[in-house]
Amino acid sequence: MRRIVITGMGLITSLGLGVETNWAKLISGQSGIKLINNFNVQDLPSKIAGTISNSIIDEEFNSKDKRRMDNFILFALIASNEAMKDSGWTPKNEHESSRAGVIIGSGIGGLSTIYNNSILLINSNPRKISPFFIPSSLINLASGQVSIKYNLKGPNHSIVTACSSGAHAIGDSFKLIQSNKADVMIAGGSEAAVCRIGMAGFCALKALSTKFNNSPSDASRPFDKDRDGFVMGDGSGVVVLEEYEHAKKRNAKIYAEIIGYGSSGDAHHITAPPIDGNGAERCIKAALKDAHINSDEIDYINAHGTSTPVGDKIEIECIKRVFSKNLKKIKMSSTKSAIGHLLGASGSVETIYSVCAINKNKIPPTLNLKDPMKESIGLDLVPNNSIDHKVSCILSNSFGFGGTNASLIIKSI
Amino acid sequence: MAEDISNRVKKIIVNHLGVAGDKIQDNSKFIEDLGADSLDTVELVMAFEEEFNCEIPDSSAEKIFTVKDAIDFIQKQTSK
Repeated sequence: MRRIVITGMGLITSLGLGVETNWAKLISGQSGIKLINNFNVQDLPSKIAGTISNSIIDEEFNSKDKRRMDNFILFALIASNEAMKDSGWTPKNEHESSRAGVIIGSGIGGLSTIYNNSILLINSNPRKISPFFIPSSLINLASGQVSIKYNLKGPNHSIVTACSSGAHAIGDSFKLIQSNKADVMIAGGSEAAVCRIGMAGFCALKALSTKFNNSPSDASRPFDKDRDGFVMGDGSGVVVLEEYEHAKKRNAKIYAEIIGYGSSGDAHHITAPPIDGNGAERCIKAALKDAHINSDEIDYINAHGTSTPVGDKIEIECIKRVFSKNLKKIKMSSTKSAIGHLLGASGSVETIYSVCAINKNKIPPTLNLKDPMKESIGLDLVPNNSIDHKVSCILSNSFGFGGTNASLIIKSI
Repeated sequence: MAEDISNRVKKIIVNHLGVAGDKIQDNSKFIEDLGADSLDTVELVMAFEEEFNCEIPDSSAEKIFTVKDAIDFIQKQTSK
């Protein structure tokens, strides 16, 4: 059986640019959630998000790039660039090129580009619509742009499974290498849905936190009794996955090994998980089975934990059922408490945070966990401060609208 | 007037194609010399229309290959 390892990682989130910056801020308990200041939020019930400053984008891209690509593609390029550099690998010939692919997912894609062009069309005429409107908005253009930049001619597609997109992208890439369809995959997710229409849409779903507009960093509080919805976030996380022998042959730095991937559907409701959490449970069990391990081998769970009243409760109960025999050994935290919910990027960003946890033997905290929900009794949610802890094997969960679930299991090498 | 149009055209090209101003000669071809692709040229024509408040029909746009082609066309349009 071919083994798959992670040899490169790249991140951009509201905590900053780069894996190192992100990790340092994450474990010191900093939050990237701020009052939104680049569009009108006065009439929106939720006015906060984990945003990325325009100055970072301006520094990385010229005006031509910015006109051709929505921010979600620019974020994917930033994260991919770091991951590729970090891996130290580029294709040396046509064969290597054809054995390397890209799957970068997104929940919504170029939402603000679609919004802006719609307004332009209403106020003018079709001749004013840029030829870059469509290629700037399409979700698979993140994968497309990355493949063009690095000359990667293997499998090239995208994943659109709402908040599970990033995790599914990594999981499906893992399977492509395992089944010998590729030797290297650039995998991850990217999201730039923090715009007026995106905020209005999620507000309409009553999905967002609205009680903490005056203290933004308190708003994302997974598993806390005062949680009142999730906080939107922008960014991207991208990893370089590589077949183990391929990585070993070139003396690559290996961060960790992906050993299991599970996915499942709820077949229940468009936005709500079933109350018994059976979709999440089947997903986690599928990942454990795929990894050929028992639940007692997991040390750390990076929870989906979005800070919604219903979702967090169902996830906690599910974890308590699946890990009932070894609950005391498990540490679980939600890093969404620091950066908000990056929708289609969340699974890949959280995978990278989890790999850092393995490499540093440190667990990032669940911020704002002042008064844990009663269902969490018996489970260490790593409240407020990071802890030193030996981490050998992690589980990262992502659950998305439409009832789509993904679980990844990653192990130290 | 001609000088003014030429400068404005070149400014748009710098902005849209991300090329240095001193690389743009009157006989520079958008695709071969300035690194534009077919989508860039569509957008450039849109930018010229916007800047000079004129309409460049597709049949005319298809004949604009060089910087000079653009300047000449716009000069003709705006002197009408």
